[in-house]
Amino acid sequence: MENNYHVCTGCALLCDDIEVGSEKNKINKVFTACRIGMAHMKEGKGEAIFRVDNKSVDEATAINEAVTILRNAKKPLIFGLGASTSETQKIAIKLAKKINATLDDNSSFCLGGVVETLIKNEMKTCTLDDVRNKADVIIYWGTDPSDSHPRLLSKYSYFPRGKEKQRGWEEERTAIAVDVRKSHTAKISGNYFFQIPPKGDEEFIDAVIAGLSGKLPKTSYNYPPKKLLELANILKGAKFGVIFVGCGLIYSLESLESLSRLMKVLNEKANIHLMAMVGNYNSMGFNENLFAETGYLNSVKFENGIVKHGPEYSIVESLKAKTVDAALIVDSDPFSILPRSIVKNLQEIPVVSIDPYETLTSRHSKVYINTAISGVEAGGTATRMDRVKVSFEPVIEANRPSDEAILKKIMEAL
Amino acid sequence: MTNAMELYQMLPKTNCKKCGKASCMAFAVVLMARELKPEDCPPLVEEPKYKENYEKISNIFKPSENATETGLIVHEDLCFGCGNCVVACPPNVANDPHGVGSGNAPTNPNKLVLTVQDGIVKAQNLGECRRFGKNKILCNGCIVTCPVEAIEFV
Ligand code: SF4
Ligand code: SF4
Ligand code: SF4
Ligand code: SF4
Repeated sequence: MENNYHVCTGCALLCDDIEVGSEKNKINKVFTACRIGMAHMKEGKGEAIFRVDNKSVDEATAINEAVTILRNAKKPLIFGLGASTSETQKIAIKLAKKINATLDDNSSFCLGGVVETLIKNEMKTCTLDDVRNKADVIIYWGTDPSDSHPRLLSKYSYFPRGKEKQRGWEEERTAIAVDVRKSHTAKISGNYFFQIPPKGDEEFIDAVIAGLSGKLPKTSYNYPPKKLLELANILKGAKFGVIFVGCGLIYSLESLESLSRLMKVLNEKANIHLMAMVGNYNSMGFNENLFAETGYLNSVKFENGIVKHGPEYSIVESLKAKTVDAALIVDSDPFSILPRSIVKNLQEIPVVSIDPYETLTSRHSKVYINTAISGVEAGGTATRMDRVKVSFEPVIEANRPSDEAILKKIMEAL
Repeated sequence: MTNAMELYQMLPKTNCKKCGKASCMAFAVVLMARELKPEDCPPLVEEPKYKENYEKISNIFKPSENATETGLIVHEDLCFGCGNCVVACPPNVANDPHGVGSGNAPTNPNKLVLTVQDGIVKAQNLGECRRFGKNKILCNGCIVTCPVEAIEFV
């Protein structure tokens, strides 16, 4: 086995230590990747598929049709891009400018708010390598990385030896889970699993803050004060702590105010960092790229050189209000992730889907263009969940075009 | 993973006692516990009509065959390759501190007990496992770190 490492684009950890075996341009063996990563790497093999109205066509026909849809649209929407390379994202942003489109990604209904505080340097954060090298207290809050980012505990946060953590997890690290259910990660946290009722996060935060200031921590759901004080004490003693924030926490909070307050109080007494459990491998990259271009992370609308921003330009609100009349969906499956009532409105407008995978969205699209899997059949760069840039080369040769190439062609034709 | 009932279904079900057990069901139970091996049932090995079942049963016990010395079994259907056990296993750390011990890809695979291949943990080099040999101890590093109880010792 030669040490020729590849990057896995199966999730936002972008594990960079994957070895593969391949035969006849097909990956048949994957080392060190988790099961999600393994399935993702082995997926690459596809022949190009182009469809219009569910009939196979050639590439030129599919692109023509996509161009016609976008040209005829008065208020097009571009959505997705969390699982696209930064290069692809930048073309999509240009395209959105050119056709006066609304542009949004998943972050508008998940972690966008937290990611914004990180990109704007309003919360203390660090890299995953810092976590590995230094972290003594690790909190997984409203997230189950064991399922969503399977190697987060083993590669970076809990189990590995790090520069300043040579004696191992049993002695030198404490893993804590706060969640509404006993997730796989909570199980690993053992006695430091804090189970709270749904929507109980805000009060829990306040109680921890009370505990940190030596007051009796109270909650309406009578969380044992002794356990809360124990938690406050662990946090107070943290030399290098990190909170991994998941959608579970964000969905339960009215605003990020309480989380900011917690971080402030914590950092008066200890050294605590925050990280967002971004799911798609380059969601962070999308937010950064759009921010660099417009000053916003998501939910924007371009109008003759001006950028508008607000919740009304998110995919959910713009579909709800029917303020878009065509959609270009790149590497995302809104038909599966959005509520039925919203998807209904997406069904009423022409959809162009560009995606390596057949999805519910691709099946409901007027135009479907099947593209190379980035990280497996196409190269590029992406931003890891801790904002570290990672670049990758294709592992095998692609039989289908990259989404970058397709977007370029659409752009030129417009 | 299979249970004794499923093993029983694949046995001759004649209760001939040639295996030294009172019934095929009793044999299935000890087979499951790995006290006996599939080839300890003579009819299963000898009679052509059981050939297919013999192969099936042998296959069930094959993946963990080399693990029987320490009794380590990986439930491949449960394991999702998170690597927790790989990184926590003490001999893995000792033999490859900068590779698996630091959460990375193995750099010394010939000395490692646990590695992840094709998204599932593989046990090998069991001579290195702390549960093996004269000075064996009841190490449970790979058990307590697994979120899904995919590793078991029998
Ligand atoms: S944890 Fe994520 S990046 Fe790492 S191997 Fe698994 S899917 Fe790939
Ligand atoms: S030898 Fe085989 S057939 Fe006979 S009792 Fe034992 S298991 Fe059943
Ligand atoms: S019992 Fe201990 S030494 Fe053996 S494989 Fe498990 S963790 Fe490693
Ligand atoms: S056996 Fe458990 S801890 Fe080890 S890789 Fe599989 S799921 Fe993870």
